[in-house]
Amino acid sequence: MNRILREAADTPAIGAAVPRPNGRRLLEGRGRYVDDIALPRMAHVAFLRSPHAHARILAIRAETARGMPGVLDVVTGQDLAETVQPFAGLLVHFKGMKSAQQRCIAVDRAAWQGEPVAAVVAETRRQAEDAAARIEVEYEPLPAVGSLAAAAEPGGMIAQPELGDNVCFTREVEGGDWDRAMAQADLVVERSFRFPRHTGVCPEGRSVIGDWNPADRRLTVHISHQAPHMIQDCYARLLGLSESDVRVVCPDVGGSYGIKTHVYGDELATCALSMRIGRPVKFVADRLESFLSDIHNRDHAVTAKLAVKRDGTILALGYEGTQAIGPYSVYPRTSVVEGNQIANICGQWYRLQGYRAKVRALFTNLAPYSNYRAVGHPVAVGVTEGLVDAAARQIGMDPAEIRRRNLLRDEDFPLQTPSGMKFEGMSHHRCLDTVLRMMDYDSLRADQAEARRRGVYRGIGLASMIEITNPSAMFYGVGGARISAQDGCTVRLEPQGGIMVLHGCGEQGQGTETIFAQVVADAVGVPMGRVRLVTGDTDATPYGGGTWASRGAGVGGEAAWQAGRALRKSILDLAATIHQRDAAQLDIRGGIVVDAATGEQVTDLAEVGRVAYFRPDTLGGVRPELSVTRHYLPTQYAFAFTNGILACHLEVDPDTGFMKLLKFWAVEDCGKVLNPLLVEEQMRGAIVQGIGPTLLEECLYDERGQMLNGSMVDYLVPMAAEMPDMEVAHIETPTRESAIGAKGAGEAGTAGAPAAIMNALNDALSPFGAELTEMPFTPERILRALGKS
Amino acid sequence: MDEEIELAFTLNGKAVRRRVPVRLHAVDLLREVFGLSGPRVACEHGICGACTLRVDGQLARGCLLLAPQLEGTDVWTIEGLTATGEIADLQNEFHARNAMQCGWCTAGMLITAAEILDAPAPMDRQAIREHLSGNYCRCTGYQAIVDAVEATRQARAAGRSAA
Repeated sequence: MNRILREAADTPAIGAAVPRPNGRRLLEGRGRYVDDIALPRMAHVAFLRSPHAHARILAIRAETARGMPGVLDVVTGQDLAETVQPFAGLLVHFKGMKSAQQRCIAVDRAAWQGEPVAAVVAETRRQAEDAAARIEVEYEPLPAVGSLAAAAEPGGMIAQPELGDNVCFTREVEGGDWDRAMAQADLVVERSFRFPRHTGVCPEGRSVIGDWNPADRRLTVHISHQAPHMIQDCYARLLGLSESDVRVVCPDVGGSYGIKTHVYGDELATCALSMRIGRPVKFVADRLESFLSDIHNRDHAVTAKLAVKRDGTILALGYEGTQAIGPYSVYPRTSVVEGNQIANICGQWYRLQGYRAKVRALFTNLAPYSNYRAVGHPVAVGVTEGLVDAAARQIGMDPAEIRRRNLLRDEDFPLQTPSGMKFEGMSHHRCLDTVLRMMDYDSLRADQAEARRRGVYRGIGLASMIEITNPSAMFYGVGGARISAQDGCTVRLEPQGGIMVLHGCGEQGQGTETIFAQVVADAVGVPMGRVRLVTGDTDATPYGGGTWASRGAGVGGEAAWQAGRALRKSILDLAATIHQRDAAQLDIRGGIVVDAATGEQVTDLAEVGRVAYFRPDTLGGVRPELSVTRHYLPTQYAFAFTNGILACHLEVDPDTGFMKLLKFWAVEDCGKVLNPLLVEEQMRGAIVQGIGPTLLEECLYDERGQMLNGSMVDYLVPMAAEMPDMEVAHIETPTRESAIGAKGAGEAGTAGAPAAIMNALNDALSPFGAELTEMPFTPERILRALGKS
Repeated sequence: MDEEIELAFTLNGKAVRRRVPVRLHAVDLLREVFGLSGPRVACEHGICGACTLRVDGQLARGCLLLAPQLEGTDVWTIEGLTATGEIADLQNEFHARNAMQCGWCTAGMLITAAEILDAPAPMDRQAIREHLSGNYCRCTGYQAIVDAVEATRQARAAGRSAA
């Protein structure tokens, strides 16, 4: 009996809070990560790393190691120097930037503590580590740049002597009319801020298997990474192979957060070693190696000022910041995007009349430094929102009120900001109103006043913000980097009526595959359960950029939509041919082809598949394309900016300096919300990742560049007991550039949490006249600010 | 260094026996010798809980135990707890809330949470958070995990009082 289907789909998948189908396996211990892969004849590599931050390598004696049980190969940097090309992250649109060339294993000189100086390949990891411990290296320690302050010291030590100084990159931006804005100011608040050096602490360490098959002349790379096609391109060129000689497969990834978007020397060397011995070689970074060689981030010292009128009007913002990168500009995304993005976005969500920014990236002999979740945003938002609250305190205005008077208004869009960014549409005031309502702001203020009378110090902090998402080719491509801004998706009808989706954007737990399944289900008109996904394999999927910069849903999702719609048209054309109907009068609902007017079933997808694949001879020359690919690239805007606001409520004990986070609220406008469950979980996870470096996380180094806390015993991360509950709400301002209207949602929480906490802390401490702007806000720093330490 | 020992214990309800190097960690034994993928390594210092096992009914860190210490014990991993269905309700609550993102911490988190599902004394959210505070999750921000544990506890308590 034919079904009657009246709705476009039984239940639209887009916009529904659908749990992730691919989450089930993770709950049963069935995840498959790189370390779970064991290939025939697979060997293991262990790296010997420099114990010095900066040292000349005078001699490496490896005879003993070579004779150890199970050892297959021992190499130094020199041994790989001819087969593996050096690399450095340089983009031509970052004018004047410079970097020394990095080697996959150091040659002659090590430039940070943790840089690989030799590698041992053995039958087991234990044998490789045992042998690596027996390699003798003779070093001549060199002066090391062990901090941002040392890097900035005029006439001080130089991290890379061949470069002549420590300056990697500087940029100055000026917009609006600075002098005119400053002339109207009643007061200028100026503050210094410090954002700590910290790192991603991915639960899964960086992991790779290089599998060179000399018979096929093919390198298969199983790697825990966010950008498989980028790795394919980089590895092919650095290893002297053609692109088609390299296949990159990214299985389940145990946390990435931007840490796994880069080229790392040890991972590249692992592939070179596989090519040397003709066997698969596995490398899995242990936790100490992760702390010493995963990219680090932030480490900014900032002085900034905000010019305001006494009535609360914000006039101008001036920013001057220096970031301490590592000894090389990390390949291929560079180490300077952080500062560049700060110059682009700092303060730009207010109605500024004047703007000046000066950013500087300095080399050090600390661990390499590059992009990590919310690149630049925590600094830009922290500085802006910290200054706005400082100004509000000084003129005696409520923090909500000063934002209400100055945030960009709905009618201001579209606009170009003083820094030159183009904004399509935002919802700052709706976000502000919503968050104040959610938190019952007035009641919290009353509670705060009442608590203070009892000697209990609570604080309320707001942080408005924007986030860069859906980057166009203006992000990397314009600078010459071979990092794709477009993404492609293939959607195909299977003979039994299933839908297979192959996508260039992969999954690291965000829910990317679920989003694509939802989008394709609605685009074609089938239940989501009919849709299967393949991602993370350069042999299988269309070319794409991967999952970073909050681009998966917005860019990848649109490619999936376009491909799904094209397949739908093919199916309808075919069904019309088979059944002698007009395709324009047919629809696909719940996987059934129906008469659009009556809802009467015409055929189903399994029948369409049967005819298309097994009896195409009956179609009279019609050759339907049931495997379609579409690519999508944003072009109208360089970025789809999102906006939102975070609010933090906390309590400080002025006797101990301990702080308790009571609650967080977030209102986020990421355009069309494709899956509220996933957006909210991105928001909550990102907030806690922002809380980490605000309260706990810091890579501590001594002045010689020795890391002091390279274990999870000593480097503190957020754990469940100290974290707050977080309430999340959405405002939707879809981008009109794409059909699905989605912007990104992966990073806003990390962007705004430091500012919200800082403002709440300083609000709590305002009765004491104490103010903190140096993170992390440890009890010791709080007591010092209170004059008690 | 390569000294070996004969080891016998119960793994996920089945008696097993192997000859293993004495220096092998328990988590490496389970992963490399028995081919399990539920127990994972992240910190190797007993901080993060990704290698959490149930040994003789108690939570244990697979990265802090040496394989020979499992002699004669009753060891359960997520594979076994999934097969028996003991925590199917908890796994469903995790799934519904997306309380697992990258999944690396998930098995350890579930085994830790399973310990308090039937604790008869009332537990508020803070108590649940403290019980879970030996398990590091970088993705979720913990709230969905706490919600899932709380919901499972409540459902089990309701089931007991209805019975």
